Amino acid sequence: MNRFLRWAALVAAAALATGCSLIGTGGEPPAPSGARTVTLVAHDSFAVDPRVLADFEKRSGIHVQVRTSGDAGELTNKLVLSKAAPIGDVAYGVDSTFASRALREGVFQPYRPVWADQGPQRFAQDPQHRLTAVDVADVCVNVDSKWFAAHRLPEPRSLRDLTDPRYRNLMSVPDPSTSSPGLAFLLDTVAAFGEPGWQDYWRALQANGVKLSGGWEEAYNQDFTGAAEHGTRPIVLSYASSPAAQAGPDGRSSSRALLDTCYRQVEYAGVLAGAKDPVAAGQVVDFLLSREFQQQVADQMYVYPAVTGVPLPPAWATAAPLPPKPAELPAAEVERNRDRWVQQWRTLVRG
Amino acid sequence: MRVRERLPVPVATAVVLGFLGLFFAWPVAAIVGTGLRGDVGAVLAEAETWRLVAFTLGQAAASTLVALIAGMPLAYVLARAAIPGRAVLRAVVTVPFVLPTVVVGMAFRALFGLESSGGVLPIVLANAFFNVAVVARTVGGLWTHLDRRVEDAARSLGASRLRAFTSVTLPALLPALGSAAAVVFLFCSTSFGVVLVLGGGQYRTLETEIYLRTVQLLDLPGAAALSLLQFAAVVGALLVASAARRRRETALRLRAAVDTARVPQGGEWAVVAAAGIVVCGLLAPIVGLLLRSVSTVDGWGFAGYRALLGAGERGTLEVSGLDAALNSVRAAADATWMALLLGLLASFVLVGARRRVVAESVDLVLMLPLGVSAVTVGFGYLITLNLLPGDLRTSPLLVPFAQALVVTPLVIRMVLPVLRAVDDRLRQAAATLGASPWRVRREVDVPLAARAVLGAAGFGFVVALGEFGATSFLVRPDAPTLPVAIARLLSRPGALNTQMAYAACALLVLVTVLAVLLVERLRVRSDAVEEF
Repeated sequence: MNRFLRWAALVAAAALATGCSLIGTGGEPPAPSGARTVTLVAHDSFAVDPRVLADFEKRSGIHVQVRTSGDAGELTNKLVLSKAAPIGDVAYGVDSTFASRALREGVFQPYRPVWADQGPQRFAQDPQHRLTAVDVADVCVNVDSKWFAAHRLPEPRSLRDLTDPRYRNLMSVPDPSTSSPGLAFLLDTVAAFGEPGWQDYWRALQANGVKLSGGWEEAYNQDFTGAAEHGTRPIVLSYASSPAAQAGPDGRSSSRALLDTCYRQVEYAGVLAGAKDPVAAGQVVDFLLSREFQQQVADQMYVYPAVTGVPLPPAWATAAPLPPKPAELPAAEVERNRDRWVQQWRTLVRG
Repeated sequence: MRVRERLPVPVATAVVLGFLGLFFAWPVAAIVGTGLRGDVGAVLAEAETWRLVAFTLGQAAASTLVALIAGMPLAYVLARAAIPGRAVLRAVVTVPFVLPTVVVGMAFRALFGLESSGGVLPIVLANAFFNVAVVARTVGGLWTHLDRRVEDAARSLGASRLRAFTSVTLPALLPALGSAAAVVFLFCSTSFGVVLVLGGGQYRTLETEIYLRTVQLLDLPGAAALSLLQFAAVVGALLVASAARRRRETALRLRAAVDTARVPQGGEWAVVAAAGIVVCGLLAPIVGLLLRSVSTVDGWGFAGYRALLGAGERGTLEVSGLDAALNSVRAAADATWMALLLGLLASFVLVGARRRVVAESVDLVLMLPLGVSAVTVGFGYLITLNLLPGDLRTSPLLVPFAQALVVTPLVIRMVLPVLRAVDDRLRQAAATLGASPWRVRREVDVPLAARAVLGAAGFGFVVALGEFGATSFLVRPDAPTLPVAIARLLSRPGALNTQMAYAACALLVLVTVLAVLLVERLRVRSDAVEEF
């Protein structure tokens, strides 16, 4: 017995001694003494070049703590629920689909960053300047050009084309009720065909064998012929930027986004109401709009900078240009009708 | 006379219930309470809601049945068959448990070639795939210690092998079977990723619907109504399980493992063969993902593994895959010792409780975290934990706390049946010989339960390693665990990211197998002390 206990104690002690515990790690690199700390709450896809962030921290004397908090919807809801005791000082990632909810609930306080009129004003949601656009993440139908060339079939161009029997059983779309790009596509069809036209469109789409999946991951990684796992469907709902991820070193991509099928998604940042240090928090929003940050959003997050004149990576110009005329719906209209549309869609498509 | 202590019991009870109250009951009550201020009745009046309840319970029951059927032959082999490689087998059957649901979901999705809508069969099979290990380990744990001589006696009195099994072994195993069934049922009724991926949006459960209403729609009244239904269903299932268990957990003559394993004979080989088929079924998706981790656009290669040493294509991850693995191990180690502490305290309280009703209700309360949605707990944390000193909402310790909530019930379920099976006369004899209450625990209960405790520690560690629901909710981006890193990699376009995700799965499998094998070594050493 004692022999066994000793053995077990030894293993446990060794495990703890070699750092097999989070206790005492504190988890956070110590902030330089005297530095102000700003907590940036972001959606899960947030990524920043560590050098760019370190540069900013050195120049400003502000230590930025990043906390990710789910997708845009989850992030917004968490901010709403915790607004009495905010989980951070700055939030990034509330998108155009959820912006009205955040504004209505008074999650953000007014702040007008330095670069606000250098491009972000095009996507302004709020006369009080509580949210500032940081980047654009349009959702578009993608096609595998190589597949269409090999099958000697012309590529579809518009949403209407997708109901053409020639493209029967060729498309995969994530479910609008469980996936945020899926929801954007539903809004896209509402913007394109109006009410109740979008319902007829979905009936036609379904009659043409559209495949629905729970999330974007299954639709793009698994069903799409252009992706790593070699699926069976050469048409997929994804982002305008997705072809850039497929591009080889020469900047050519085997897939492309159909620019006439896009829906505009804008991602915003703002200072949270109740931020501990609103001045420092404002400086972090400034940083998100600075040229240094804007220049790397394409590579880091597959989105387009909101500030004008910031160059895209060379490969993007050919593989993934910014859609020139995407569809969009006013945020207030989306907020008012989103749940009803999703419900109607469910009844219509899922029966 | 029953041996019991006066002071330690209330203290232990207070520790266990205090932790549960602070990190489970209070947050859940707060978020459900927020929802209850709205209109809850509307949701309950919808026929759709009741279809959801029916489907949730139905798929969970079917999954539990499949897991039980598939798990029993494995439990037999792990407990009774003296064939080489049992330690490896024990490690292999545990692996499915840690695999991220989205990865397994996608494997099953490919297997069934799902077109357009999801299917019920893939959901049931995938749920069972995850939970076979629970059955094999829980039932196998008790089976190992059953005195084989009772069966031998039945056989020599003319009973067939089957008869000896059904009238001697099976009744003795019922407590463990009941425990396993309850745990599996809870896991399956709250299974999230599997239903989302394989249901393709078509099939929904209470769990996915609570998630949808909380996270996307911010329909807290609707979510609260569904949470209450989920709660009622879980309590109902637990009551049924506990009624089935009642009076089954009786004193058994427990034996050391070495005495009970024999080389299979005759018809027993058929059971071994069945176990072999189950193992193949469990291995297929694992081998599939290992293969995918080395298949690149231009043939075989290790690009995914090389990239994993860095931080991913264009910094998808803030840390390297190895760091993520280390984070996983750290959080899981913390969760394991917390869960062991809580689970053992609770088990000792429960085994000593004189009033059956008290024991049953405490037992039931401790199981609840398995049956409540991770989203409910996570959102509950958001509106409660800021009231504690130090705003725990952003503490890295929250991850092991949440994992410990899930692991503790498993520890109890694996240790309690063994403790209850300890013949109380042994304790009485020790007390009569002058041993103090703690000495009785140390000399009687600890040696007999050591193996089960170690098994629970190993399994709990593995469960914590693979835990995704609560972890993804609480983890910080600069310290992701492996399952969280895998989900993040899969959510990005690019062949390299996908390969890295599969390489990370392989790493997770490796860490799991190593952990289980380490525990196996400890268990071999502990065997020596069980002979008396």
